[in-house]
Amino acid sequence: MTNSTATGEQGSNRVKRGLAEMLKGGVIMDVVTPEQARIAEDAGAVAVMALERVPADIRSQGGVARMSDPDLIEAIIAEVSIPVMAKARIGHFVEAQVLQALNVDYIDESEVLSPADYVNHIDKWGFNVPFVCGATNLGEALRRINEGAAMIRSKGEAGTGDVSEATKHIRKIKSEIAQLTSMSKDELYVAAKELQAPYELVAEIAETGKLPVVLFTAGGVATPADAAMMMQLGADGVFVGSGIFKSGSPEKRAAAVVKATTFYDDPAVIAEVSRGLGEAMVGINVSDLAAPHRLAERGW
Amino acid sequence: MAGNGAPTVGVLALQGDFREHANVLRGLGADVTLVRRPEELAAVDGLVIPGGESSVMDKLSRTFGLAEPLKEAIDAGLPVYGTCAGLIMLADTIVDGIRGQRSLGGLDVAVRRNAFGSQGDSFETDLDVPALGWHPLHAVFIRAPIVESVGPRAKPLAALTDGRVVAVEQGNLLGTSFHPEVTGDTRFHEYFLAKVRAA
Repeated sequence: MTNSTATGEQGSNRVKRGLAEMLKGGVIMDVVTPEQARIAEDAGAVAVMALERVPADIRSQGGVARMSDPDLIEAIIAEVSIPVMAKARIGHFVEAQVLQALNVDYIDESEVLSPADYVNHIDKWGFNVPFVCGATNLGEALRRINEGAAMIRSKGEAGTGDVSEATKHIRKIKSEIAQLTSMSKDELYVAAKELQAPYELVAEIAETGKLPVVLFTAGGVATPADAAMMMQLGADGVFVGSGIFKSGSPEKRAAAVVKATTFYDDPAVIAEVSRGLGEAMVGINVSDLAAPHRLAERGW
Repeated sequence: MAGNGAPTVGVLALQGDFREHANVLRGLGADVTLVRRPEELAAVDGLVIPGGESSVMDKLSRTFGLAEPLKEAIDAGLPVYGTCAGLIMLADTIVDGIRGQRSLGGLDVAVRRNAFGSQGDSFETDLDVPALGWHPLHAVFIRAPIVESVGPRAKPLAALTDGRVVAVEQGNLLGTSFHPEVTGDTRFHEYFLAKVRAA
């Protein structure tokens, strides 16, 4: 949906994808209170994700995880001037409508919350506000883009502090893109079938060698070195969920992750900012998680 | 600039859409270098400050010792073009900055951050920019700032239909609220490169 107003056309693809372009090279931090949002902004976050519980707590407390209380989201929007994102359940288009009505800057249709629809994702073309969606591989990313996602984040395994799944997913997406660019035109039809993605998007990526939207990475990033590794692997930026406010000194760690994301290719800077950060979040090894508790497998 | 070769244009690469600017500038024949450190700044004939989050660029430029050399270069006449966050960085006065936010300054203007509201209020539209010819320029505004007041030394280049100023220049400095780097219209970059070549 696009609207024509006194100030031109709103909600266009370019405008929606454009905000993600401006977030590149930056760190988006999960926050559960206005105070945390303030700390994140002061530390140099490019945006915050407003939610009631960080993924690590959703994991430990269990139960159904839903969209956050509008009062909390509004309080966070009032506290900071950087963009505020918020999460809707997979397929829960009414939560997304509510978040749009609250004037959030980005909606994350997120596997971290309990899915509301095990078949369909939200039709994201119908919204003025842009969406970011998770993906574990290229086909999943392209299905989300086909539904209107204006930004993709590799999923990782949220709330663990174990970066191995984030590594797996960003490597997978990058290598599947590289494979497409080396295929001849007649192979792309089968590639599209195997990726379970629209041929037009597959052909576009074979041509350009990159996704048509910004690709961040998420899930398990807990240290400056984790963030820098994701950038070296080709992410445009990083989400840090539980990693900051579940650590010993959130202010210092947040600022350090920001610096390491900008100077991701400079080990001297990463070493410097990694000093004296106190305890990192305790973490869970993904291999110790029983399959039903793996969030990355939500979404299809 | 010295010599007859292509100008070397830096793009401030602390955060934001610096690659889009680099691509446009390369397409126009400039040698492009990404700038994150003072020594990288010393080698450029002109600088672009990209779109992104101005508060993050401000913080990182101060932490990594780039803010002072940048201010000195601006004072010494280095051509600098800022888009969106870059315009905020070049403004003498920021309205609605985050706590403690500073700008580099140089443009005799007051610029309001996020002047249009949340992302839902972001938009694209056609603008008349007489300095670039009669053909309107398609402009993308993303959580964009606005030039709230223009001092005597700065000159407005474009305004919305309601009169709000969205592009300014002052000597070798150029600033736009919007993002020519994402639309494929290269006229603002060409206009800037002419300043770099003449400097």
